[in-house]
Amino acid sequence: MNSWVLIVLMAALCATIFVAGRSRSLNVATGVGGTRYLNSLPFYYGMLSALWAILPALVLVTLWKIFDGQIIEHIVISELPDDVVFEDASQRGLMLNQIYNIMNGQLSADTAPAYLADSVARLQALKAHADLLVSVLVVMMMVGLGGFAWWRINPQLRARAQVENVFQLVLLGCSSLAILTTIGIVMSVLWESLRFFHAVPITDFLFGLEWSPQTAIRKDQVAGSSSFGAVPLFAGTLLIAGIAMLVAVPTGLMSAIYLSEYAHKKVRAIVKPLLEVLAGIPTVVYGFFAAITVAPFIRDAAVSMGLDNYMAVTSESALAAGLVMGVMIIPFISSLSDDVINAVPQSLRDGALGLGATRSEVIRQVVIPAALPGIVGGVLLAVSRAIGETMIVVMAAGLAAKLTANPLDSVTTVTVQIVTLLVGDQEFDSPKTLAAFALGLMLFIVTLALNYVALHVVRKYREQYE
Amino acid sequence: MNSTNNAEKPTTAELVERSLAKRRASEWRFKQMGRASVAVGIIALLILFTQIIGNGIGAFRQSFVHMEIEFDPDTLGMTEVNQEQLALANFDGIVRNGLRELFPEVKGRREKRELYSIASYGAGFKLRDMLAADPSLLGQRVSVKLLVDDDVDTYVKSLRAGDPYEDRISEAQRKRIDKLLESGALRLHFNTGFFTSADSAEPEQAGILGALLGSLFTLLVTGSLSFPIGVAAAIYLEEYAKRSRLTDFIEVNINNLAAVPSVIFGLLGLAIFLNFFNMPRSMPLVGGLVLTLMTLPTVIISSRAAIKAVPPSIREAALGMGASKMQMILQHVLPLAMPGMLTGAIIGMAQALGETAPLLMIGMVAFIAEVPAGITDPATVLPVQIFLWADSPERAFVERTSAAIMVLLAFLITMNTLAIWLRRRLERRW
Repeated sequence: MNSWVLIVLMAALCATIFVAGRSRSLNVATGVGGTRYLNSLPFYYGMLSALWAILPALVLVTLWKIFDGQIIEHIVISELPDDVVFEDASQRGLMLNQIYNIMNGQLSADTAPAYLADSVARLQALKAHADLLVSVLVVMMMVGLGGFAWWRINPQLRARAQVENVFQLVLLGCSSLAILTTIGIVMSVLWESLRFFHAVPITDFLFGLEWSPQTAIRKDQVAGSSSFGAVPLFAGTLLIAGIAMLVAVPTGLMSAIYLSEYAHKKVRAIVKPLLEVLAGIPTVVYGFFAAITVAPFIRDAAVSMGLDNYMAVTSESALAAGLVMGVMIIPFISSLSDDVINAVPQSLRDGALGLGATRSEVIRQVVIPAALPGIVGGVLLAVSRAIGETMIVVMAAGLAAKLTANPLDSVTTVTVQIVTLLVGDQEFDSPKTLAAFALGLMLFIVTLALNYVALHVVRKYREQYE
Repeated sequence: MNSTNNAEKPTTAELVERSLAKRRASEWRFKQMGRASVAVGIIALLILFTQIIGNGIGAFRQSFVHMEIEFDPDTLGMTEVNQEQLALANFDGIVRNGLRELFPEVKGRREKRELYSIASYGAGFKLRDMLAADPSLLGQRVSVKLLVDDDVDTYVKSLRAGDPYEDRISEAQRKRIDKLLESGALRLHFNTGFFTSADSAEPEQAGILGALLGSLFTLLVTGSLSFPIGVAAAIYLEEYAKRSRLTDFIEVNINNLAAVPSVIFGLLGLAIFLNFFNMPRSMPLVGGLVLTLMTLPTVIISSRAAIKAVPPSIREAALGMGASKMQMILQHVLPLAMPGMLTGAIIGMAQALGETAPLLMIGMVAFIAEVPAGITDPATVLPVQIFLWADSPERAFVERTSAAIMVLLAFLITMNTLAIWLRRRLERRW
């Protein structure tokens, strides 16, 4: 049965049971002298019956959708002739693919072994049966449990309390999704990383100086050797993030100071949202801008100054990516600094001004020191953003894994490598693709630590003046 | 200390007097530094916008060649108009005949091939569609306007800009184009194809409709999941949760998730949705799920702020009238907090709309030349389309990329304006 049909059927049944439950509670109520003698409003009786019907059914359908494919595939594979033996899981997967391709008409059945035709027929039959089976099961369950709840309705039933308990549980479930997501991230990244560290020792990964993630498809292939030393990636990431910070921290901080301490209210009302537009522009736009406009400009400028005689000057450069990333981060730094600067009590400023300090002296010697922990926290958050930023570096920084401090050269970063290793179709048993997960793990740990420290610093500092 | 020393030592007033000019200059410098910093940000914004608009504005117009075409049954190899013959017919042949009529003097294979390349590779398909729509055209002569190849289009546009780009066309070809331009046979029209077709390997035929719909379907999934779940989570945390280890842990998690780099969500999507649940690649459904997890923290945080802003007196009044907690929340708190929640949700969706990196990893970089019809069709999204076009070597893709960016930014600005408007309009002061 089509899944849409099933969904509509479930919704219809649920609605029917709700109406039935509600009207039964009304019936029951007339027996005892009116709805005010019921424990709860009729709505809740209907709701309770409907919940009894729909919740278990939903659980069943979800579980089924997750596991049915695997169960059916297992049956089909186990019914293959005895002389078909699989040495490992990938051969099994290949066979299954073949069966699916024949089923979808992408592969002619004539060229395949004869027994596969049987398998295809079996698979189709099983799928059809399974869908029908689960539909019938769901309908029976809904009618049965809904009917049971309907039958239980009586004036003493605490329907409202029960419905509200379910409601609260659902809410709890929704908020636990954040935990589930975190667990999902940790599990998926950790699992594949462990597989990677089986193939490549963790010390080689962390301290190796060469990154060339090519893996041989055949054993005797030329250039089949690969090395997974991630130090050049870390260096490239730090170089670009460093350039970005050099741009963003002074500009962002000075903008925040100017806007909160000097600027007229009207100027602030126009300029602040304008700066914040910078934060809302998608990173792919910055990436395009960096690659098309900024990078060629920097290269031409460097060449015309004759810098190419002394160092490598490439059309994709760390400087271009870093500069543009810095611009992207300006509003981030400025709005965070703005917050902490505004949190410094006016009395401190007034005191210093009263002693005869100029405004800039007040800012430099009173406001900034007082706001420093908050500003440091904001900068740490910005660093973590710069490290995790992907599109700008993918489009403008290049792919060459080099250990260089030359900002005009092309470098590569952790995020760039994650994306380039994983874009396209790939198998998940080569160190090449697994390496991306190891890099992801590193990125996750570093940014998590940075964020954790930064959030603590910012929060602790804010509480001081409250 | 004796008195002579005292006379030499300047008084405090004198000290202040002396340093005052210096201090004022430093004050002035400091203020100018602030001005300069603000200027840097705004100038960067201006450069970005002028570059994008300057590069992209050309893509909204497209060159077409106006010419006479004869639906000649012999050249086409058709005897009657039916599906089978339409599929096999030689429409490129009649396009070539038409071009040869314009330039009868062209001889030789290379010259001819060059001449034929004026028309877009897809010109024949347009004629096929014309004939399929009106079978009576068979054997007739009609004047049509046909798409022009991207190199020619680039040349024509660069000519108008006063900076001819001639690298990819020969001298003879250029003369032909100039002649067509003079006679008015080659003209620029509004580029409807850009908004009505999907991606294509030929720049002149490539459009953004596919990516636009892909974005729409993806956002549909994201919005319909992240808004209810986010609101529910916010309600739990604000109204039900007592401070316990569990709720603290949930809070820390939400804050951390808001700061996790987006590539990591791509890894999650790849490992869980694609590898574990075996969902197919490149679908708005999977993309929407990944983006849901990404936007959820934003929605939860803003929804909590909105719920917090509802004064306790409302809750107490509702409870005092005998409402249950659920009634109080659903009938009083939620309607009052809704504007703030919607604003947060729209801002979260705007972030999701611009997100690229995680979608690259779940296969939305695939080249898809069909317009998706639902959330389970393979599709790409606007930012990924921009990324793909930015990577293409053809010069004509630069203006298309910029134009696609303009469309994306227009969308974002609309969404943000909507959010601001909603907030202004529905905001309540207590």
